[in-house]
Amino acid sequence: MVGKHPIGVLALQGAFEAHREVFRRLGVSSVLVRTAKELDAIDALVLPGGESSAMLRLMEPQELFVRIGKRIDAGLPVLATCAGVILLAEKVTPHQKSLGALAVDVERNAYGRQVFSSVEALRFSPQYQGDTAGEAVFIRAPRVTRVGEGVETLAWRSDDPVLLRSPGILAATFHPELGKGTLIHELFLRGIGRQHR
Amino acid sequence: MQNHDKKFQVKVGLAEMLKGGVIMDVTTADQAKIAEDAGAAAVMALERVPADIRVQGGVARMAALEKIQEIQETVQIPVMAKCRIGHIAEARMLQALEVDFVDESEVLTPADDENHVNKHLFDVPFVCGCRNLGEALRRIGEGAAMIRTKGEAGSGDIVEGVRHMRAVQRGIRTLGILDQHELMAYAKEIQAPYEWVCWVAEHGRLPVPNFAAGGIATPADAALVMELGAESVFVGSGIFKANDPDRRAKAIVQAVTHWQDPAKLLEISKGLGEAMSGLDSGKLTTEEMLSRRGW
Repeated sequence: MVGKHPIGVLALQGAFEAHREVFRRLGVSSVLVRTAKELDAIDALVLPGGESSAMLRLMEPQELFVRIGKRIDAGLPVLATCAGVILLAEKVTPHQKSLGALAVDVERNAYGRQVFSSVEALRFSPQYQGDTAGEAVFIRAPRVTRVGEGVETLAWRSDDPVLLRSPGILAATFHPELGKGTLIHELFLRGIGRQHR
Repeated sequence: MQNHDKKFQVKVGLAEMLKGGVIMDVTTADQAKIAEDAGAAAVMALERVPADIRVQGGVARMAALEKIQEIQETVQIPVMAKCRIGHIAEARMLQALEVDFVDESEVLTPADDENHVNKHLFDVPFVCGCRNLGEALRRIGEGAAMIRTKGEAGSGDIVEGVRHMRAVQRGIRTLGILDQHELMAYAKEIQAPYEWVCWVAEHGRLPVPNFAAGGIATPADAALVMELGAESVFVGSGIFKANDPDRRAKAIVQAVTHWQDPAKLLEISKGLGEAMSGLDSGKLTTEEMLSRRGW
């Protein structure tokens, strides 16, 4: 799927510009998605970090929640970071509506409030050893408490899964868009057959 | 990467996550819940909203700790709280309480009329107000992880907010056209740290997110400050002093996302009831203007 349609970054709230900047560094163009019409025009979607409850509220007027769910079911590839993972999960604690597109359960703000946000070293699964991203930025991060069938864990923080993959979906509970590296975005682009710099 | 850099990266990281979101002043857990349900990206816990501080007078201090805690227990979104300018002890207590962001704010009565808190010494991130680029860079020099233009809090009048946002953006644009040899003189003129002046000249933006605050009372006000370069907005008295806070809160949240789309703004702005009545900030005396506080 070498796209004539661009990659869209959901731009309702949060660090959407930071994702575009990473794609820019990789020589890949992306567009912002705020409306149903803009959602229809893209071939891959980024669900950025931010506040998941605010994004859910902002999806309501145009039924973007349902539309995004339908497109993912129909095979739209997704890169989700932090709040994006909360939106994709099957079950969220404390309870919150979610798309259920990724077979994981998550607990919001599980590492504590902002004073416990941190930069952490990751441990990668053997096949990605060479790709080590080194350090990852966690901001009031969610914790994945259950990894369901069909979901592969690519990296851990201590024993917590923090980088996960299922067909068409790459999900990070940290913020690859805030670091200097581009590894996670490259992994996503490779997964959807896109060329980059 | 140095530990110091990592700490700053994590602080600015939260500010990045709040972009495009609305930070709402709340005085009770019930209001915090209304704000979260309306789509606020964060709440600011305080004792009295700025409009009431104006009317009631007296010394305005950090909010009661029980109240902040009650709000923290009620919502999942980040909880911010204000300390007085230069009040190191209030700032330390708010950090110990694990608030997510401290606003060293001119809305409270200043504790120090010369110095602000050295924010590098804290793990909790700080947001500070500014009226122009020099003030913004002084606060960033002290370690602020987010800047908000001050506007005139509790007035419901957007003119000061516009003035301050325009001043910051004009300062940034001016740096873009200066010769490298002119940067020190400009730093001297605006009384800003030279290193940050150079950084802004090179990057064409502030090194931390820049939000707007003070006087935002309608979705149109929010759209206006976004147009002028704000990356998001703080709404104080504008929500809970309006006659239908819930609908107004939802509308301002939508306006910050869709500020470039006038048709959407029309739709969003209908049927909101009355906005807060407000004060003409041009009629305030210098002493009455909260934005004049901060050095």
